[in-house]
Amino acid sequence: MLLTARRQDALFAQVARAFAALVLLLLAAIVIALGFAAWPALLKFGPGFFVSDVWNPVTKDFGALAPIYGTIATSTIALLIGVPVSFGIALYLTEMCPTALKRPLGTAVELLAAIPSIIYGMWGLFVFAPFFADHVEPFLTATFGNLWLIGPLFEGAPTGLGVLTAGIILAVMVIPFVAAVMRDVFEIVPSVLKESAYAVGCTTWEVVRNIVLPYTRIGVVGGIMLGLGRALGETMAVTFVIGNAYRIRASLLEPGNSIASALANEFNEAADPVHRGALVALGLVLFVLTMLVLAASRLLIARLARREGATT
Amino acid sequence: MRRITAGAALMMIAATTAPIGAHATDITGAGATFPFPIYAKWADAYRAKTGIGMNYQSIGSGGGIAQIKAKTIDFGASDMPLKPDELQSAGLVQFPAIVGGVVPIMNLGVVAPGALKLTGPVLADIYLGKIKRWNDKAIASINSGVALPDEPIAVVRRSDGSGTTFIWTDYLSKVSPEWKSKVGASTAVAWPEGVGGKGNEGVAAYVQRIKGAIGYVEYAYAKRNRMTYALVQNRDGQYPRPDASTFQAAAANADWKSAPGFYQILTDQPGRNAWPISGASFILMHKTQEKPQNAVEVLEFFDWAFHDGPRMAEDLDYVPLPDNLIALIEASWKSQIRNADGKAIWQSARD
Repeated sequence: MLLTARRQDALFAQVARAFAALVLLLLAAIVIALGFAAWPALLKFGPGFFVSDVWNPVTKDFGALAPIYGTIATSTIALLIGVPVSFGIALYLTEMCPTALKRPLGTAVELLAAIPSIIYGMWGLFVFAPFFADHVEPFLTATFGNLWLIGPLFEGAPTGLGVLTAGIILAVMVIPFVAAVMRDVFEIVPSVLKESAYAVGCTTWEVVRNIVLPYTRIGVVGGIMLGLGRALGETMAVTFVIGNAYRIRASLLEPGNSIASALANEFNEAADPVHRGALVALGLVLFVLTMLVLAASRLLIARLARREGATT
Repeated sequence: MRRITAGAALMMIAATTAPIGAHATDITGAGATFPFPIYAKWADAYRAKTGIGMNYQSIGSGGGIAQIKAKTIDFGASDMPLKPDELQSAGLVQFPAIVGGVVPIMNLGVVAPGALKLTGPVLADIYLGKIKRWNDKAIASINSGVALPDEPIAVVRRSDGSGTTFIWTDYLSKVSPEWKSKVGASTAVAWPEGVGGKGNEGVAAYVQRIKGAIGYVEYAYAKRNRMTYALVQNRDGQYPRPDASTFQAAAANADWKSAPGFYQILTDQPGRNAWPISGASFILMHKTQEKPQNAVEVLEFFDWAFHDGPRMAEDLDYVPLPDNLIALIEASWKSQIRNADGKAIWQSARD
């Protein structure tokens, strides 16, 4: 009887281990498959692939710099806008919201997260981009276009398509994710800590600054990274509004391109092995970029945890 | 990326397992997306008539070429014809199956559809970024009587690789030496100018939105959405209206006889009525058939489609092949496609 139980346990452990190993196996398989398919391009262009901004399917000359720039620029804009807004949403929901509103608002945030990205793309193309072109871009150009240093960021024809539009759409898309995570971690702050702070006369902001944030740092960083992950890899919504031009321009109103949208656009019709290889190599770059982001967030969390250990 | 790999893997699984699971005489093809609606319609009608299914997967021309080379399908489909030497080295034959046209569309409030005239070199200069305003002398001189607005031209083109882009850039390469040397022709090119929309609908959406925009879309798309199109001067100096008859004129006037492997691109063809930006979509098959039974089914399917399917094509705003071309194609089946013993496998029931 005992023996069978033990055997069952061992079997269970084996199965669980096999499943866990599957993850590593899959990861390795993806990297190998990507590397293999990217080989013709990497062999032809060498390290120059990563610093060249030429993308010419006719002469079969490919470089990854423009899509890499577009990916990073749009994700950065998305986080610059998305993180503060998400932070506000999460704080309001956990600290200030009347109880009657808490549930419907929270559910609404989660619903936003469930909208498929193609819907955001359509909305961006048919609703947001025209509005942006008619009302926001002329204002931006008129207000900031002549300023020193940031002026060049806002030059160009107001078409509503470009890096800035893509960044804003991405911000809308990452907000529900980041806000939901932040709300969840804010909620686990023990109320005894918060109440004590209020009892000694802290304002709401002081409670957030000195109690809630230090307590939930790790979760907040995790939420931001989740949002960044979505922004880096988002495909359809970006493709619709970024303008899809392999160019690096100072202006955020000019069309650009991202890695994911380059893949979505060209993979179907790329018959030439070097072209296909270059696209897969772009995929590999995105994979590495995402890994770096993950690694950086782990490092940040470990750092924060260590400092926590030092002060208490 | 992960999502894309998964999608590609699924498509591959679908493409490779279909023939095994399907009825023995069913045929499979994959490739170009442009002809997908008409191939699907033909397949339905053909199944109703003969009981033989044709399973076509529109995975893109690149995928179609790769799959036929790997012999996982009975025929591949590509919007861009393979060059004769490429056909030779892969042991493939190719023939056109359906014709279409590309039309320039624009957003110029005051100008009626078909009222604006353009020439090939002017279009090339617009897409090169050399002609920047609608009231440029080059445009005004061929449009006396049309009130051209003093507006900048916003260039719109496809962002995804597509047969439409191939036809468009091939035309620009033929009429402008500068375009040919600086940009060239392919399903995707390094555009010197403009923003890219995904698919015909993406280009159309951008053009309708951006004032002073010019773009290019598949004729069927422009027609169904009643878009403002421009007339383009053909090789004979005429400005034909883009429609089925002028596309077919381009296909009929092309010199197919002296084009090995039917490598003939229908842009800039002679003829008073030939629309200058026409193109065909092609079918690829192996010269030596390991499964001659399947190959015969494929040929019978297209034989039926060429003779009994033109009405269906016209319903979907595709242009059926002219009769002289169909005769040439069927002759090529007879002379080129063989079984493992080197015997011809195609014998038309109509002979």
